[in-house]
Amino acid sequence: MTDRSWPKTVLGIVFTAFMLFPVYWMVNVSLTPTGDLRRSTPNWFPSEPTFEGYAAALSQQLPSLATSLVVGLGCVAVTVVIAAPAGYALAVLKLRGGRTLNFLLLVAQMIPAVVMAMGFYAIYVRLGLLNTVWGLIVADSTIAVPFGVLLYTTFMAGIPADLVHAARIDGAGTWRTFTAVVLPVSRNSTLTVSLFAFLWAWSDFIFASTLSRSGEFVPITLGIYQYIGNNTTQWNAIMATAVVASLPAAILLVVAQRYVAAGVTAGAVKD
Amino acid sequence: MTTTSREASGHAPECGAAGGRPAAPAWGRRPRRRAHDSARHWAAVGFAAPLLAYLAVFYAYPLWRNIELSVHDYTVRAFVQGDPAFAGFEKYAEVLASGSFGTALVNTAVFTLVSIGFQYAIGLALAVFFHANFRLSGVLRALFLVPWLLPLIVSSSTWAWMLNSDHGIVNSVIEAFGGTQINWLTSPDTALAAVIIANIWLGVPFNLVILHAGLQQIPAEVYEAASLDGASARQRFWRITLPLLRPVSAITLLLGFIYTLKVVDVVWIMTTGGPGDASLTLAVWSYREAFGTGQPDFSPAAAIGNLLIVIALVFGFVHLRMQRRWEDA
Repeated sequence: MTDRSWPKTVLGIVFTAFMLFPVYWMVNVSLTPTGDLRRSTPNWFPSEPTFEGYAAALSQQLPSLATSLVVGLGCVAVTVVIAAPAGYALAVLKLRGGRTLNFLLLVAQMIPAVVMAMGFYAIYVRLGLLNTVWGLIVADSTIAVPFGVLLYTTFMAGIPADLVHAARIDGAGTWRTFTAVVLPVSRNSTLTVSLFAFLWAWSDFIFASTLSRSGEFVPITLGIYQYIGNNTTQWNAIMATAVVASLPAAILLVVAQRYVAAGVTAGAVKD
Repeated sequence: MTTTSREASGHAPECGAAGGRPAAPAWGRRPRRRAHDSARHWAAVGFAAPLLAYLAVFYAYPLWRNIELSVHDYTVRAFVQGDPAFAGFEKYAEVLASGSFGTALVNTAVFTLVSIGFQYAIGLALAVFFHANFRLSGVLRALFLVPWLLPLIVSSSTWAWMLNSDHGIVNSVIEAFGGTQINWLTSPDTALAAVIIANIWLGVPFNLVILHAGLQQIPAEVYEAASLDGASARQRFWRITLPLLRPVSAITLLLGFIYTLKVVDVVWIMTTGGPGDASLTLAVWSYREAFGTGQPDFSPAAAIGNLLIVIALVFGFVHLRMQRRWEDA
């Protein structure tokens, strides 16, 4: 078995290398000296790696990184605070009209972000919420909330009824049952929901480019975009920013791969 | 355990919320049970209240504003002052009559269908490949998720630089093999193909993960029985894998379709829908009208967006029907 599987491993490595080539290329370009960027045959390897791209990126994009971090964490908080109780109401307390609500959430996920962006823009213009961190947190959370509710509902529906019953017999009310039994048991769902809420908010471009185009609070995605517009010569700095912007995804993939896979398949594959 | 049996009956097809509930077994303890039920009902409403308020304020209201935008003539001045003239379906008519509409519709169809076709085929091939658990297969499969997790601006700008006419690695390789330089992003002939290539790359991980999970639900005994009967690998794929994977495939393709229909970032960052309208899709067109030029034109943009919602919903309902049929099966 082991001996026969080696060719497959080699082939698998080749496929993966091919797939990840653009990622490698991003890193390679980020380390290339500015003078070598315009050569007609690009360097395949960073033979003389330079960190001038990273220095430029960090000196200019640090505030954007901080903004994105705040927006991402805010989005996680909003999503969990709204989705977890809703999942409890739907799955454990059997909310009347739950099917309709589930249906609405599925429909909500089909609405194009550009449409939501226009609606939010029209509202924010009047309320003066354009270019605010709170405005962006709320808009970004609309990507994650329907997903969060559906994920929590699916998981909580699988919590054994005896567990909830036992809590009630011990005299716990619905709130206490929620905080002391259901939430702790749903820890993994909370991690998956938080992870995706953060990543989606961190990666969001459409809301960022429409609702906070100017002002002091520019998230990192928009930082990169404006960078491309401003100096097309310094692609090493652009790619260095891109590498830095990819770090959360990379870290989360390494630390929480299980939850990533759980989130991708949620809703599409039923166990 | 009355609750579980009720829940089960509630899941029967088309048995609405008010539909026949089995009240008889609880007859003896009716008053207490009713009080208990009503308390639980209000508790449920309480726990769902934040979500209901959220959906009303942050989904229904923006959508309503969007419809309102599309049936008025919003100039920039009217936008700020809030006194636009009512236009009815005029903006929709303008959009449908516009020269860009045909191009955008065809591009949207090509972009979505070609993208998901390749994403699915490559994803399935890789899922079957990774299904045979070989050494390192888990690690490699995890690495395949990377493109899907990267911010779209990162992958799109990387692809834009790779496809750069003069300094891109892709052209450099093509020229090394004796080909001629291709102006991927700046030529009307290749711009759409270029964004499709990047989009296929982005979508493969999603297809791989879902189809791989689907493959794992096929019982190993089926394959063992087929092997005993002398089925070749090819026969096993066409006669077992593909038919048994059908429900998962259908969901994957439909989700892919709905997601791809909405794509703005990739196209906008790589080509902004250009040159001209060469890579313009409906979603990108809507974005361009509203935010892409110095002159925001919200009314037609909202009209295009609403047309897009209608298309997405039609396919969404197909998805829901299929999923329901599958769950009931």
